[in-house]
Amino acid sequence: MGAIIKRELKEYFTLPLGYVALAVLLYFTGDYYSQKFYSGRADIAYVFSCMLFVILFVVPLITMRMLSEEKHQKTDQLLLTSPTSITSIVLGKFFAAIIYFLIFDFVLLILFLAYYIFGASPDFMVFLGNSIGFILIVAALISIGEFISALTESQIVAGLCGFAVSFMLLFVENAANYTKNDIVLKVTSWLSFSQRFSNFSEGIFDVANFVFFLSITAAFLFLTIRVIDVRRWA
Amino acid sequence: MIEIKNLTKDYGGHIAVDDISFVVNDCEILGFLGPNGAGKSTAMNIITGYLSATKGSVSVNGYDVLEQPIEVKQEIGYLPELPPLYLDMTVKEYLNFVFDLKKVKLPKGPHIEEICKLVGIKDVYHRLIKNLSKGYRQRVGIAQALIGNPKVIILDEPTVGLDPKQIIEIRNLVRMLGKNHTVILSSHILSEIQAVCDRVIIINKGKIVADDTPKNLSNNLSNDLSLSVVFEGEKEEIIKALKQVNGIKTIDFVKEKDGECEFNIEPRAGYDIRKQLFDTASLNNFAILKMSSNSLALEDIFLRLTDESYSAEAIKRSLKTKKDKEEK
Repeated sequence: MGAIIKRELKEYFTLPLGYVALAVLLYFTGDYYSQKFYSGRADIAYVFSCMLFVILFVVPLITMRMLSEEKHQKTDQLLLTSPTSITSIVLGKFFAAIIYFLIFDFVLLILFLAYYIFGASPDFMVFLGNSIGFILIVAALISIGEFISALTESQIVAGLCGFAVSFMLLFVENAANYTKNDIVLKVTSWLSFSQRFSNFSEGIFDVANFVFFLSITAAFLFLTIRVIDVRRWA
Repeated sequence: MIEIKNLTKDYGGHIAVDDISFVVNDCEILGFLGPNGAGKSTAMNIITGYLSATKGSVSVNGYDVLEQPIEVKQEIGYLPELPPLYLDMTVKEYLNFVFDLKKVKLPKGPHIEEICKLVGIKDVYHRLIKNLSKGYRQRVGIAQALIGNPKVIILDEPTVGLDPKQIIEIRNLVRMLGKNHTVILSSHILSEIQAVCDRVIIINKGKIVADDTPKNLSNNLSNDLSLSVVFEGEKEEIIKALKQVNGIKTIDFVKEKDGECEFNIEPRAGYDIRKQLFDTASLNNFAILKMSSNSLALEDIFLRLTDESYSAEAIKRSLKTKKDKEEK
């Protein structure tokens, strides 16, 4: 697994994609951060909630080539005939992407610490809650993106489908508001990533939310492994 | 040792490999020969664990591919049809990655250097794979298969895209590897198999149609083959005389030129008619200017075995055109 993580991370930063995606993230972060900063407010939660919208575009960008490109270039033959299990291949790629977003989270930490320099004293738990919620959502979106990438050989298809599914999961309750059906509203608000994130954003650590995101991540990683394994039998 | 038993691969109705069984012994170089789409690559993909078989079993050095895949994969170095290269990496990065991926316990630097020397990629070691020519990419692919010094090396068409000099180099390399590795090599180039392999398996439409040494294959199938004889004399007289010879099945007149007549004479199975031909010729006073047996080259055997519509007539024709070419 170590070899895979190392290679993936290296690829993020030898291909322009990794830099471009990080640049996009940092541009928007800077924008939202400075909006509040110049109005004299140390509001990191606002930055995080705005970034939720940006990662919708960035996560599929990162995950789209994950497995589809391996298949397209036939490099999956190397991975699958080496003495490494499918699980460690899938997890290796997953963790590499997580590390990539942790780098971004680290930049946010620097921005947060900058508040102290300028005399504000925001609650660190707010940053921690937001960070954890953010990484949990990213993890779930990465696992979904990785799963979609395992289904197709085309990066573009994987990217677009990943985006559509992520968008739906994040903002499903907005659409549901048009119906007056109670059950639909209940299901969608239960499913909605952004509603669950708002808990973290306020610094509330609800076990149900942890379990929710972690199970989605685990389920899609498992499905990814199964898809690759089953393809060998086709 | 590789044992393959009743291997079948069914791609939803299309049977790519159909009930194949064979054993490859240690330190044997086995050639896998067949036309495009015969099932060579599929069989290799199953042996290496990339695909799973629909039926049958594969075991490598005692490990079953299905039950102990990691152990099997540790024993095998595989070069697929398209070398599995990451184009955005340098050769160095790539080989280091493969080394880590295969969890090799050997000393890293010296081992990779040794392989690079062996396949001749030392001078492109620091270049991006993307910028390498096809021949070099193929060699990097072979280098990748050799990493970790696996006991079994499987090469799917290793000389595709190489120039003649490189082909000879790779052949020598395979021969050298065969001294202390088990090598399975696929190709549709017959001279290659003939030059390198101890044993040939010819596969067509997913089935094994021949399994023998190149020499035996050529001998066995050549028994019943015809003689090509050039007499000096009149065509009709010669035919009349030949009809007296016991054991001739057919006499084909080929051409007449400046009083020399060429015939293809096919003996009945089990007859050696060469001496009788000589006696008949001397008795009737027409000299034999040339007599040769049309032994099948591996190429002809291959065509014969892999194509049902390839009748005896067609083989004769191919032999004739080949001979014409040689004469030119």
